[in-house]
Amino acid sequence: MSTLLPQLTAKDFASDQEIRWCPRCGDYSILAQMKKVLPELGIPREQFCFVSGIGCSSRFPYYMDTYGFHSIHGRAPAVATGVKLANPELQVWVITGDGDSLSIGGNHLMHAIRRNLDINIILFNNQIYGLTKGQYSPTSPLGSKTKSTPYGSVDNPLNPLSVAIGCEATFVARSVDVDTRHLAATLRRAAHHKGTSFVEVYQDCNVFNSGAFYYASKKGEKEDNIIYLEHGKPLIFGKKRDKGVRLNAHGRPEVVELSGISEDDLLFHDEEAEDPSLAFLLAQMRHPEFPEPLGVLRNVSRTVYDEAVRDQVAHARETLGEGDLEKLFNSGDTWVVEP
Amino acid sequence: MSVADTPASSEGRRKEALDTVVIRFCGDSGDGMQLAGTQFTNVSAVFGNDVSTLPDFPAEIRAPIGTVAGVSGFQICFSSKDIFTPGDEVDTLVAMNPAALKSNVADLKRGGTLIVNEDAFEASNLKKAGYDHNPLEGDEALAAYRVHKVPMTRLTRDSVEGLGLSQSEADRSKNFFALGLVYWLYDRDSKPTVDWVQTKFAKKPEIAEANIRALKGGSNFGFSTEAFTVHYEVPPAKLAPGKYRKITGNEAVAMGLATAARLSNADVVFSGYPITPASDILHELSKFKHFGVTTFQAEDEIAAMAATCGAAFGGAMAVTASSGPGICLKGEAMGLGMITELPMVIIDVQRGGPSTGLPTKTEQSDLLLALFGRNGESPLPVIAPQTPGDCFWAIQEAMRIAVEFMTPVLLLSDGYIANGAEPWMVPNVSDIEPITVDFLTEPNVDDEFHPYLRDERLVRPWARAGTPGLEHRVGGLEKKDGTGNVEYSPENHQHMSDIRARKIANVADFIPEQEVDGPVSGDLLVLSWGGTFGSCRTAVRQAQEDGKSVTHAHLRYLNPFPRNLESIIRSYKKVLIPELNLGQLSLIIRSTYLVDAISFNKIQGKPFKVVEVLNKINDVLNS
Repeated sequence: MSTLLPQLTAKDFASDQEIRWCPRCGDYSILAQMKKVLPELGIPREQFCFVSGIGCSSRFPYYMDTYGFHSIHGRAPAVATGVKLANPELQVWVITGDGDSLSIGGNHLMHAIRRNLDINIILFNNQIYGLTKGQYSPTSPLGSKTKSTPYGSVDNPLNPLSVAIGCEATFVARSVDVDTRHLAATLRRAAHHKGTSFVEVYQDCNVFNSGAFYYASKKGEKEDNIIYLEHGKPLIFGKKRDKGVRLNAHGRPEVVELSGISEDDLLFHDEEAEDPSLAFLLAQMRHPEFPEPLGVLRNVSRTVYDEAVRDQVAHARETLGEGDLEKLFNSGDTWVVEP
Repeated sequence: MSVADTPASSEGRRKEALDTVVIRFCGDSGDGMQLAGTQFTNVSAVFGNDVSTLPDFPAEIRAPIGTVAGVSGFQICFSSKDIFTPGDEVDTLVAMNPAALKSNVADLKRGGTLIVNEDAFEASNLKKAGYDHNPLEGDEALAAYRVHKVPMTRLTRDSVEGLGLSQSEADRSKNFFALGLVYWLYDRDSKPTVDWVQTKFAKKPEIAEANIRALKGGSNFGFSTEAFTVHYEVPPAKLAPGKYRKITGNEAVAMGLATAARLSNADVVFSGYPITPASDILHELSKFKHFGVTTFQAEDEIAAMAATCGAAFGGAMAVTASSGPGICLKGEAMGLGMITELPMVIIDVQRGGPSTGLPTKTEQSDLLLALFGRNGESPLPVIAPQTPGDCFWAIQEAMRIAVEFMTPVLLLSDGYIANGAEPWMVPNVSDIEPITVDFLTEPNVDDEFHPYLRDERLVRPWARAGTPGLEHRVGGLEKKDGTGNVEYSPENHQHMSDIRARKIANVADFIPEQEVDGPVSGDLLVLSWGGTFGSCRTAVRQAQEDGKSVTHAHLRYLNPFPRNLESIIRSYKKVLIPELNLGQLSLIIRSTYLVDAISFNKIQGKPFKVVEVLNKINDVLNS
């Protein structure tokens, strides 16, 4: 007879801590979807571990009644690596922001992804430093006027999805904080993926950068600005689903009216393509020139770092036997001094 | 007749007995001097001498050939007595080229034996070394030594003739020729080296044969040449009975960690980033997976430290190792380990600083960094091993304190003991105390878990992430005692800062009292720490033999200090603190105990010579 896990609910994942994000912060919505998705995974609560760095989003672990580590600025992927090496059974989520993961912690993000560590990285992108009260971030658009750039920023922003795909991430997705159903589905898929899942969430900082993503979140407006990706389906969007994306003669994407065009001529999404070129092309489609893709851009399978590490340890134990200290101490040349 | 053939007779050679000899091999970085030195150390250790070594190599892997910058050296002291240092002055210097001669001859004692590869003393090498003439030709400066000009390059080529090797391949064996000659001179049994060569070059039998022939050639050259009228024997030392092996400090650290992993109920997760002189710990440990050791080569020093914090949260005995520049980068994450009160060990194999400094040379200049190199009030226990073999015990002790007190612990090794070797008595596994980790498995306040609820020693429980019912959050923010919830109140921060400091101070009750070598009171206390043990102990013993009222106290625990240290310090008229820095322990001792301690500092990338410490002892006693 199998023992059934008690059916958990979102409430079981809520800690007793007062949530201290600003009123109407996009983070609330992400927290709510996370609490909704986790009970569906059939994993006991103690097997979850949330690791974060520094920033508004990084307070997230305090609000989850799971294991949690609020670490230091930018280092969450490295802390998560240690957690996974010590205890590979845990499902580890890294909660980070655009400054935390792409500025001070860029190096760790890159290496966690290229190793394909089995963690889920959720990047709350609000294109601003919120906790330090409003400086521009590495994802702020060129020319952003902020506290530290009164004349406008002059450095080109990073595209989080391009970075992840550049590091050959095995799972890359994007969603929006208030698009609750889509967000929950995206988190669910990230949770199920073996290896590093990278999810960018457009998150509204209504205090320092309000409305940055209205084009992708406001009903009546977003339909013309985003495309929901579906594996094996053509790229169609628009309020009346009357527009699509196809590749032109130069292999570049272009938006076309569907009238008079066969759906078969459109670009079909293939999230499982080994070659990351399509995923990169999708990541490069930015508002306002293009509709921005939401959903899973890339989902492929590759050796998982922590599994490979564990396999090596198991293999060593299998082939060499449990470590024999007596033998180790006496290895090499020894000699005896007689009494 | 080739020099590799055994000569016919052995008449006319005198053998003298010596108790202690210091040899230094020096040559170009590519000349295989570290290998020659290591082999000499092995055969001497196996023979039963006490040995102590000092490898000294440049930071550049291949500095320009023939230059002084590219000289690599390896010094061995071997003795029939108990020795603590690789020796002050060199008895026999083997110099493979002019640059090696130039940069090393000053350490050769007057009347000492100088063996040079005469073939290397040609115009271009002389020029690269900065000689305007050949020092081997009637140089007054070399008149104080017994000089043996040996055409090693030519004789090595003769020895390996017929093996079909190219000239450059043949020349690569000349370190074995030099080694063979020195083996003959000191009556060493070359068998361990022959065995080593056969194993090492099993897949290249012609190279193995060349090296063995060169070794024999060198030995035979010594035997058959009139120039060497005498050779020496150094009888085995009367070490404590038992089984011995040779060990370096880095090897000992790795073995200590494998031991901790195997004997305790938690695995070791080691995270590191390559850095001289700590990398060998990572190399060694990566072979010990079957002992329960997982190694992680991180993307940088910060990641290695952050992963160490994560691994501790995950329930592993977490360890990282680096050297000064890396420790600087780790500072913030070490503070995270400190405030979250998770157990881990940070190994600092100190090297010359600041910044990149002297990567391959030794120094003790990270003491203050270890004690204070983090923001905020963040005291951590600091332990310093004193010899290569001691690293085996010190790393386990550091881990034990970390687990017992739920705190990061710093282990301050240095380049000298990390790379230096000594005979090490092989311990019985049954004599080693296992580290027992007491993971909490049940809630500790009714049905709740309070991660910062403390025991009488102020230590909080360790709950391995993944334990049912103990879900909790830790982090770098100030937290409320007991629950661990974020708490910024002024009273709480004062309380937590005090508690964390007192917890570390309580370690003093856990560690043994300080021992002294010499009378328990008197004129002078020599107070030293870490890798200077050998020089200081030898110097103090010599002063004691001279009838001086001197005692040696060698500190292993730098924070907290042993509880009886103050009373020891107050039992002597004067306190002398020799350190390989500009007075770091001295600063702490002076401020902690308000004692007018005298600093004796050296910061040259080299260990103390015994004579330097002895002279200072005499100066202080006479002043």
